[in-house]
Amino acid sequence: MKVSRRSFLKLCGATGAASLIGPPANAGAAADADESVAMLFDTTKCVGCRACEAACSEANRLPPPALAGEEAVFDHHRTTDSHTYSVVNRYPARAQDAPVFVKSQCMHCVEPACASACPVQAMEKTREGPVIYHADRCIGCRYCMVACPFGIPKFEYDKALPYIRKCIFCIDRLRAGQMPACAQVCPSGALTFGKRKKLLEAAKTRIYQHPDDYVHHVYGENEVGGTGWLYISKASFEELGFPANLGNRSYPELTWPYLAAEPLVLVLGAPLLMGLHAFTKGREKAEKSDATDGKEIDHATDG
Amino acid sequence: MQLMAETAAPRFWIQDKLLMGFTPGEYLRSLLTPFNAVAGVILLVGLPVIAYRYLYGLGAATNLSQTNPWGLWIGFDVLCGVALAAGGYTLASTVYLFGLKQYYPVVRAAVLTGFLGYFFVVVGLLVDLGRPWRLPYPVIYSYGFTSVMFLVAWCVLLYFTVLFLEFSPAVFEWLGWKNVRRRAVKLTIGATVLGVVLSTSHQSALGALFLIAPRKLHPLWYSPLIPVYFFISSIAAGLTMVIVESMLSHKIFHDETHPQRAVDLDGITLGLGKAASVVLFTYFFLKLLGLAEEGHWDLLNTAMGSWYLVELIGFVLAPCFVLAFAVRAQNANWVRAGAVLTVIGIIVNRLNVAVVAFNWNVPDRYFPSAMEVITTVTIVTLGILTFRWIVNRMPILHEDPQYGTEH
Repeated sequence: MKVSRRSFLKLCGATGAASLIGPPANAGAAADADESVAMLFDTTKCVGCRACEAACSEANRLPPPALAGEEAVFDHHRTTDSHTYSVVNRYPARAQDAPVFVKSQCMHCVEPACASACPVQAMEKTREGPVIYHADRCIGCRYCMVACPFGIPKFEYDKALPYIRKCIFCIDRLRAGQMPACAQVCPSGALTFGKRKKLLEAAKTRIYQHPDDYVHHVYGENEVGGTGWLYISKASFEELGFPANLGNRSYPELTWPYLAAEPLVLVLGAPLLMGLHAFTKGREKAEKSDATDGKEIDHATDG
Repeated sequence: MQLMAETAAPRFWIQDKLLMGFTPGEYLRSLLTPFNAVAGVILLVGLPVIAYRYLYGLGAATNLSQTNPWGLWIGFDVLCGVALAAGGYTLASTVYLFGLKQYYPVVRAAVLTGFLGYFFVVVGLLVDLGRPWRLPYPVIYSYGFTSVMFLVAWCVLLYFTVLFLEFSPAVFEWLGWKNVRRRAVKLTIGATVLGVVLSTSHQSALGALFLIAPRKLHPLWYSPLIPVYFFISSIAAGLTMVIVESMLSHKIFHDETHPQRAVDLDGITLGLGKAASVVLFTYFFLKLLGLAEEGHWDLLNTAMGSWYLVELIGFVLAPCFVLAFAVRAQNANWVRAGAVLTVIGIIVNRLNVAVVAFNWNVPDRYFPSAMEVITTVTIVTLGILTFRWIVNRMPILHEDPQYGTEH
C-alpha cells in the first residue's frame, strides 16, 4: 500500500492514484467480512422498548432520546439525525400479527459507499468491521451523505463548526472488549452481536426452523455487497421502510471503472497532445517555407 | 530635485496601473455608474449574508437538509462555474496546440474567464464546505484515493495553477516585467497540454461524482456515461461562453478595441459557433445512446420525462440547430443567440443533475433559500467586477503594442 502510494505520486501526481493501489477501499474487506463484527436484528422479537436508543445516547454522550417512554413517539416515523444515531420505528400490524418494530442506524456496509466517496478518508472501514469517522480530517463536503444509499451520515446543520455524525458501532467499547451498547441492553433478544458469518448462519437457521414466521430473505446479506447489520422479518422489508432494489453490487464499484481509466487519460493524454502540437507546428513551418519558396521562384522567373 | 522624482514615481505608477491614468478624484467619480450602483447594493446585502452563514452555520442560511446535502451552491457555483470556465482549456488548445491562430484575439479573455471562473468556484466551495479552512486537506493532509471528489480536488488545484501560468504573461506585461514574461510565455505549451489533460479529468469527474448515487439521481439523468456527458458538454460550454463573453466585452469595453487593429470578431464567432454546433450534436447523440442503453423510454412519459425532453431538445438540439443554420447563413448575431441558448442549456443540465433530478423521488424536495440565492448572486457579481477590473488594466482584449503575438 505504502509503496504504491509513493509510486503513484511519482508517476502522475496523485490524480491517478486509484488504479495503482488496486480495487476500491476494501477489496480485502469482502474476504474479511465473514470474520468482521456484525449485528443481527430479528424484527419478530423486538418489543419497541427503546432501551437500545437510550443506551446509544448514553454511550455516545448524546442528549436522551426524544419522548422517552412515551407511546406517542411511534406516531411518526423518525430518522436518525446528528444527535440521534439510532431510532426504533413502529410499523402497523398485519392481520392478527403484532405491530413490527424496526431499529435503524448505520448499516456498516462491507464495502461502504461513504468511505469510498470521502476525499479525505474521514470515513474509514475498519478491519474489525465498523465504519468509523475521523472528525479531525472531515472538510464538511457532505459527499458521504450523497453517496450513502441508506441516508445515514448526518450533518450538524445547526452548528457554525459542523461535523458529520453517525453510529460508529461503539468502536471504543468494542476495542475495550465490550459489545455495542444497544446489543448489551436489549432485553428481548431482538439484537444479537457476533461475527458476521456466525450471524448469517443463525439467521438462516431461524428462517429454516420457522419458515412461516419469516420471509426467506436476510436483508443485508447481499444488499449493496453486504452490510454489517443483518435483518430478518415476517413482514416484507419494503413494508418496513427498507430501501428496496438497492442491488447486490457494492457501491464503490460504481465509480471504480471511471477512476481506473483516469491514469490512462493522464499518462496517454499529455504525449498525445504534445504529438499533435508537434504535428501542427511542423505543418505550419512547411506551409511557411512553401510560401517563401514560391516567392523565390516567382522572383526568379521574373528575373 | 532627485528626491522629488523618487517620491513622484510611485504615485505615477499607482495612477497609471491601478487608476487607469485618472487622478484619485477623477477615478472615484468615474466609478459612479448605474452598473456600479447595482453591484454596490448586491455586495452590501450579499457580504453580510455570507458573514451570517459563517456565524450561524449552514442550517440557518440554507434550505439544505439531511436528505438534500447539496443545493444551489454545488449545483450552480461549482458545477456550472466549472463548466462555463471551460473556455480556458478549449481556446488555449485551439490556439496553442492545434495552431488555429485566427482565434488568438480571444484566447486571453477566455483564459482569464477560466482563471476567474475557477477562483470563484473555490470561493463558492468555501461558502458551502462545513469546515472551509480544511479545503486543502485532500492535497496536504489525508488522501481519499478511492474518491471521485479527491480527483476533483487535485485536478482543480493543479488546473488553477496552470490557468495562472497561462494568464501570467498578461500580468507581467501590465507590470512591465519583460524578462519574467518571456519565461512565462515559454511555459505556454506545457501549461496548455497539462490544462487539457486536467480539464478532461475534472470536467468528467464532476459528472462521475453522481455515479455513486444511482437510486437518488433520476434514471433519465443517471447513466454510466455521465462523466462523458459532462466532459463533452463542457467543450460546448467553453466555446459558447467565449462567444457570449466576447460579445459582451465588445459592447462594454468597445473603447478598448483598437480601430487600427480591428479584430474580425464576427469571423471568430462563426468559427467557434460551427465547432460548438458539432460538439453539441455529438453530445446529443451520446445522450440518445445512453438513453437507448438504459432503456428508460417509458419514463419519458412522466413529468420528469417531459422536463428531460425539454432539456434535451430545447437546450441541446435546438441550440445545435440554431448554431448550424446561423453558421450556414454566415450570420454572427444568430450564432450569438445560439451561444446564449447553449450556455443556458448547460446551466439547466447541471442544475438538473445536482438539484432537480437529484432526490426526485423523496417527499422532502429542495428549493434554495433567499440567502443561498443572494450568496450566489454576490459571488457572480464579485466575479464580474474582478473581470472588469483586470480587463480595464491589463492587455486582455487588445495587444500590448510592445509585445507581438509571439509565444
